Amino acid sequence: MYQLLFFVFAGAAVGFAINLLLQRHPIHSALSLIGVMASLASLYLMLGAEFIAAAQIIVYAGAIMVLFVFVIMLLNAGEEERTQRSRFAKYLGLPLILLLVTSMAAVIYRQVPQDAMVRFGDFPGRTADIGRRLFLNYLLPFEVVSIVILVAIIGTVVLARKDSETEGPGKAVVSEK
Amino acid sequence: MSPLMVLFALAKIVVILLVLLTVVAYAVWFERKLLAHMQCRWGPTRVGPHGLLQPLADAIKLLTKEDLTPSEVFPLVYLLAPFLSLVTALLAFAVIPFGPETRVGGMDLFQIADLDIGVLFILSVSSMGVYGIALAGWSSNSKYSLLGGLRSSAQMISYELAIGLSIIGVLLLTGSLSLRAIVENQAGAYWGFLPRWNIIPQFAGFVCFLVAAIAETNRLPFDLPEAETELVAGYHTEYSSMKFGMFFMAEYANMVTASCLATLLFFGGWHGPVFGPAILQALLPLLWFSLKVLFFLFLYVWIRATLPRFRYDQLMAFGWKFLVPLALGNLVVTSLVLAIRWS
Amino acid sequence: MVPLSYYLILSAILFTLGVAGFLFKRNIVTIFMSVELMLNAVNLTFVALSYSLRQLDGQIIVFFVMVIAAAEAAVGLAIIITVFRNRESLNVDRIDLMKL
Repeated sequence: MYQLLFFVFAGAAVGFAINLLLQRHPIHSALSLIGVMASLASLYLMLGAEFIAAAQIIVYAGAIMVLFVFVIMLLNAGEEERTQRSRFAKYLGLPLILLLVTSMAAVIYRQVPQDAMVRFGDFPGRTADIGRRLFLNYLLPFEVVSIVILVAIIGTVVLARKDSETEGPGKAVVSEK
Repeated sequence: MSPLMVLFALAKIVVILLVLLTVVAYAVWFERKLLAHMQCRWGPTRVGPHGLLQPLADAIKLLTKEDLTPSEVFPLVYLLAPFLSLVTALLAFAVIPFGPETRVGGMDLFQIADLDIGVLFILSVSSMGVYGIALAGWSSNSKYSLLGGLRSSAQMISYELAIGLSIIGVLLLTGSLSLRAIVENQAGAYWGFLPRWNIIPQFAGFVCFLVAAIAETNRLPFDLPEAETELVAGYHTEYSSMKFGMFFMAEYANMVTASCLATLLFFGGWHGPVFGPAILQALLPLLWFSLKVLFFLFLYVWIRATLPRFRYDQLMAFGWKFLVPLALGNLVVTSLVLAIRWS
Repeated sequence: MVPLSYYLILSAILFTLGVAGFLFKRNIVTIFMSVELMLNAVNLTFVALSYSLRQLDGQIIVFFVMVIAAAEAAVGLAIIITVFRNRESLNVDRIDLMKL
């Protein structure tokens, strides 16, 4: 049962990711990416990471991807045009990518012990424990990250603001944050 | 898990879904009737006594109407959007507890699943609801729909922030994300007569939650995505027949979810005076819960009948300059009080 | 029961697909999405290893990655909007001049 679920969600994730590459229209790519994120959230649940699964849906699928969809809608981006500028990507891209995936798989097979199994319910990552750890052991990174977000908000406002216009994409993008 | 338990769980899901859909249908009747009386009209009276069969007539009408697909739409996304809307709206009910823990054969009777992360689950499902509206607006390939979709995605995301921040106060008081634990924490009374509902220590959070929930469900006075005087019907302008019906059902289902959530988080859920014989004691919590939810549904209609629609920039300014600071202030005060009490 | 290496290989495949998207796609928004795909793949590794090591630290790092990704997406999309306003194109091959 567990194995079946793993293969269903893993297959869905890979399928959606391939679809992201094949689709010409950015909105369809964005939808595929949302599919990947939803499948990954299910995998996180299977790994006992409830909080991360919920955060994945809320932050990634519910906020970041909405931002993408919003920008695509706002710019009314049409189908992607195929320009073949990068000869490097055209000729060397595919072999290099295959090399990358095979070498990664080889390293994983060599380094990860084959008897390392993932059994459901072995390690429930309780949300309260995550919170405790976050605010005791990782307090400094947490504070630094909040400053990064503040900087990002201000940067976004400055970047996206149109001069002498209050109603515009800038405002909308800020509101997304 | 034995097959019998799976069967029982499925039966529970079906029953809750049926009850929910009936409530959604009658929420429409309730709103029309109430609104009419507030405006000195009669509302639906023709179909059945007091128009009580009106939801049925509406459903038959929607099902038998011609299903029109405009020629310039993006087909797949256009079809997907109403389903996405309705499914995310209904999914939230999986974690809502309707009554106290009543175990029959090892299964809880009044809740589909008691997740440890119930509140986060509802937030995540409702955050996925944006897509139904945004994609409907985009895929219809019409300017009114697109404007409606753009408005709604900006509006829902900004008010989601206010909802999340206003809930954190309650979570701090309870120390749990499970909706059942939150309700059970509200049992009892202060000084013997004042119920220990979260609304008393968290009044600012409640106000913030209520306003944000109205905006989140795209209801008046925040129904900018479908403002009929400027955008025809907003994101569902190009939809007809049952596809339109699905958006309609999703909106009312979201209203019911928001009312349930307000009841559970701030109004003590099913807590209320319980007395009498055993069977009455088992059913009274359900009654209290339904009455409280009904009160919030009434509030929705009341607000709709009273307030005019906001302008779009007013809506954004209100959300960002008033609600978010209010929720943040509430959060700071709550955590300060709790920290002092603990130390 | 699934071997841990399956999770890691799934993550490797997703990461590679992200790299492929980054190389082959020509729309700047889609390229940005490929970067998000890579981040997601790495997150899966973190969660899987956190499960196998019985430590929560991996999940906390994933949380930080998500927060940074949110900040990055906001800034990146603001840049994309600015670029589009100046160049009227989202194709990266047409955005190759330092100055108009």
